[in-house]
Amino acid sequence: MRQLTLKSWRFYSVVLAMLVLAVALLGRIASLQVLPDADRGFEFLQGQGNARTLRSEPISAYRGVITDRNGEPLAVSTPVESIWANPQVLLQKPQHWAALSQKLGWSQAELESRLARFANKEFMYLERHLPPQEANAILALGVDGVYAQREYRRYYPAGEVAAQLVGITDVDDRGQEGMELAYDAWLTGESGAKQVIKDLRGRTVKDLGLTKAARSGRPLALSIDLRLQHLAHRELKKAVQEFGAKAGSVVVLDVHTGEILAMVNQPSYNPNDRNSIKTASLRNRALTDVFEPGSTMKPLAMVAALETGKFQPYNVIDTTPGYVQVGRKALYDPIDYGKLDLSRIIAKSSQVGMTKLALKMDPDTVRNMYYRLGLGQGTGTGFPGEAVGVLPSYSKWRPIQQATYAFGYGLNLTMVQLAQAYGVLASGGIKHPVSLLRKEGEEIPGEHVVDAQYTQQVMKMLRKVVAKGGTGTLANVDSYSVAGKTGTAHKADAGGYADNRYVGSFVGVAPAEDPAIVVAVMIDEPRDDKYHGGQVAAPLFSSITGGALRLLQEPPENKGARVSVRKLEPAPALAQHGGTLL
Amino acid sequence: MPNQDFLRRLPESDRALRRRDRLQQRLHLDFWLLLLLLTVTAGGLVVLYSASDQSLATMKRQCIYFGLAYLTMFIVAQVPVHFMRRLAPWAYALGVVLLILVILYGVGAKGAQRWLSLGGFRFQPSEVMKLAMPMTIAAYLGQRHLPPVFKHVFWTLALVAVPTALIIKQPDLGTSILVAASGLMVLFFAGLSWRYIVAAVVSLLASLWPLWHFVMHDYQKKRVLTLLNPEADRLGAGWNIIQSKTAIGSGGVPGKGWLQGTQSHLDFLPEGHTDFIIAVLAEEFGLIGVLILLALYILIVLRGMMIAIRAQDSFGRLLAASVTLTFFVYVFVNIGMVSGLLPVVGVPLPLVSQGGTSIVTLLASFGILMAIATEPRKVIR
Repeated sequence: MRQLTLKSWRFYSVVLAMLVLAVALLGRIASLQVLPDADRGFEFLQGQGNARTLRSEPISAYRGVITDRNGEPLAVSTPVESIWANPQVLLQKPQHWAALSQKLGWSQAELESRLARFANKEFMYLERHLPPQEANAILALGVDGVYAQREYRRYYPAGEVAAQLVGITDVDDRGQEGMELAYDAWLTGESGAKQVIKDLRGRTVKDLGLTKAARSGRPLALSIDLRLQHLAHRELKKAVQEFGAKAGSVVVLDVHTGEILAMVNQPSYNPNDRNSIKTASLRNRALTDVFEPGSTMKPLAMVAALETGKFQPYNVIDTTPGYVQVGRKALYDPIDYGKLDLSRIIAKSSQVGMTKLALKMDPDTVRNMYYRLGLGQGTGTGFPGEAVGVLPSYSKWRPIQQATYAFGYGLNLTMVQLAQAYGVLASGGIKHPVSLLRKEGEEIPGEHVVDAQYTQQVMKMLRKVVAKGGTGTLANVDSYSVAGKTGTAHKADAGGYADNRYVGSFVGVAPAEDPAIVVAVMIDEPRDDKYHGGQVAAPLFSSITGGALRLLQEPPENKGARVSVRKLEPAPALAQHGGTLL
Repeated sequence: MPNQDFLRRLPESDRALRRRDRLQQRLHLDFWLLLLLLTVTAGGLVVLYSASDQSLATMKRQCIYFGLAYLTMFIVAQVPVHFMRRLAPWAYALGVVLLILVILYGVGAKGAQRWLSLGGFRFQPSEVMKLAMPMTIAAYLGQRHLPPVFKHVFWTLALVAVPTALIIKQPDLGTSILVAASGLMVLFFAGLSWRYIVAAVVSLLASLWPLWHFVMHDYQKKRVLTLLNPEADRLGAGWNIIQSKTAIGSGGVPGKGWLQGTQSHLDFLPEGHTDFIIAVLAEEFGLIGVLILLALYILIVLRGMMIAIRAQDSFGRLLAASVTLTFFVYVFVNIGMVSGLLPVVGVPLPLVSQGGTSIVTLLASFGILMAIATEPRKVIR
């Protein structure tokens, strides 16, 4: 046996050496796991480990919903997914580009050029605001470096009906127009954050919980009634098309509270399709655009005249011969009306009559009345871009201004200011701040600006405008009494007034006996031969007011109710049967 | 066995001990070793389940290989030691032929040509060499006068050099080093004079420079450079080592708990179920888990060395010692590499890493150990 020739100490020393090496290994691992300083320490390594996996993810806050006064949604946020990519990663995976671009609906060349553009970035959006199913289909490709991010997209159920009022948000959910902009801070929530564990490909593996809860934006209830808004929108759109007008606006105002019940403009746009938006249709014309009102100012000037105490409604002014000379300028009536009392001056809308009346007053009486009624000032809506109009004061005007003020030239205003001023007439001299938000609880008392007796006198005159022989007979409404005033104004042009461009308007109050709403209608540049406020705006007023009163469940009146001429036409089906129901 | 003549005791008092002895002898198994191996195997499966992201397919495959491997171990353990000695040269020759075939007809992956494909079944001939090499050297030196004289040392080195060179050619530096080491260890245990050892170390150091410039492949150089400074290329070559150190470090003393490791489960740790599985263990079971595993490995090694020292002839002793030491080298190289002490060479963690034929080879080597341990005593009276 040769076994004896082997020296055992080699074996023992090897055993010893192995033990030493094992201890060295253990020491190495222990130092990584326990010592705070070895290889920058286990705390560093744990931090590194967490840095690879722990992520703080923002939780998008839900933007507050905008509703009408009855809670009908006007702007709601729906969850969508935005697909983004890390170009650094995606550029390494050209084999996935074909499938990815196909799912995105792009050509591969487009994807490549976009990637090239962001080649030195670590973030780029591929597609914003995709429905969750489509986003999941893209994520299902499993392409490294492509991720999804939860966002909210604004959706506007009312579409173009309330587009300019409600406004729009941008792709990052910030208010850009309208109430979305005005109340952006109120509507915007506070983003929260949560901690998640993500794997190498950026997929969320585990949710560790909230670090900060998201606070949803607060809801906003507007003053408008979506039913009235729909009605006004439909009728205005029809009228603007019928008359080939450039634009148009309607404002419906609650007489008692100053709340806007409807505010529509044409042209409008579909806020759900941003690509279709034209700047002309973005403006909430009723609030942001000013115009020279023309004859609709006459009743307001009449209030000023009555308030002087020098005139009574039955006072007569001779308008013969149908024109009046003021300085170098002659002002005409369409025909010679002869002698008119103050009521009939309003009913016939006599330029000459108003001019003579105005010239009998102190120069700035009318202007001051306008100011008291809210013209030349903000109406209190807080709407972005609201115009205050121009109401030149006495010190700045030319003598003819004393006369032109009385029939509505030489100043401009917005539809809302006009409606507010008529609201003062309707409410017996009380001016309410105009509100686009639903008023909650306590009634804020309006400001008493004119004595009720004068406004009531003017209201009586306004009823004659729609009575037989007045300019606004087409404004009448079934079962309800109305009062209002037509307006037909030449549009100002470079160096004077245009002969063939008009603004036709009608502002009225209904029911006339116990006013509930003011309806102001304006048709800008009707293109056809019909342009008079009594022709283009009064019928629109009639249809909107009639519908609005029924929707608001105003009790119909029998007394003083009239059947409008338009409504006399029998329905075609009935006519065939020779029926004469009316 | 103690000399019975000098013992005084009650008749039959050693029956129980003898019966157990007889059972082990009859089955040719070393129960201690078997218990330790099974413990590590079971623990390894637990870790692998987590490391493979709870893949039942992987578990099934691993269990099949282990079943096959333990069967192989049992069969090898039945082979008489003297028969093994005679078999050794043939195994060696077969191994060399297969290695040549690999170079001619082998298939490969990742730029290396290491496998032979036989009708859909792939195997790595260098695995055969892992066993054949120590057997052959032990058989050669076991029959010579020890410590070996220069002539025998020379022939031993020649025997080691041929397969090593063939494996380097594949290229598979890690395996070639292990195969060479398993042969050289036999030489060392055989009582190689210190003069040779000193000379070898000196010449190795001297050859480092030409080795670096003319022999090593770029990827191998990169691994060494990466060891020295993993941060230099953190997303490329340094990635593995940084990730594994991060995983180990973030385990702390108690670990994150089974299946709770983030680095390993979230694809950050590469090769988590094969070469880098110790990082998964360290992250999920912490220092305590590593300690237990190392303790089990050391017990296996100690048992192996005990078998070597108790072996009845030079062949058995040299072979057992070499097999045991090789096992230790596996463990050391793997853990050393994962924890950033050694360069990255593809060495699996024995009994834990997911593997195929390597598991079979490994347990076959333990079969050799058991054959040596249970060799019938040639009692000298």
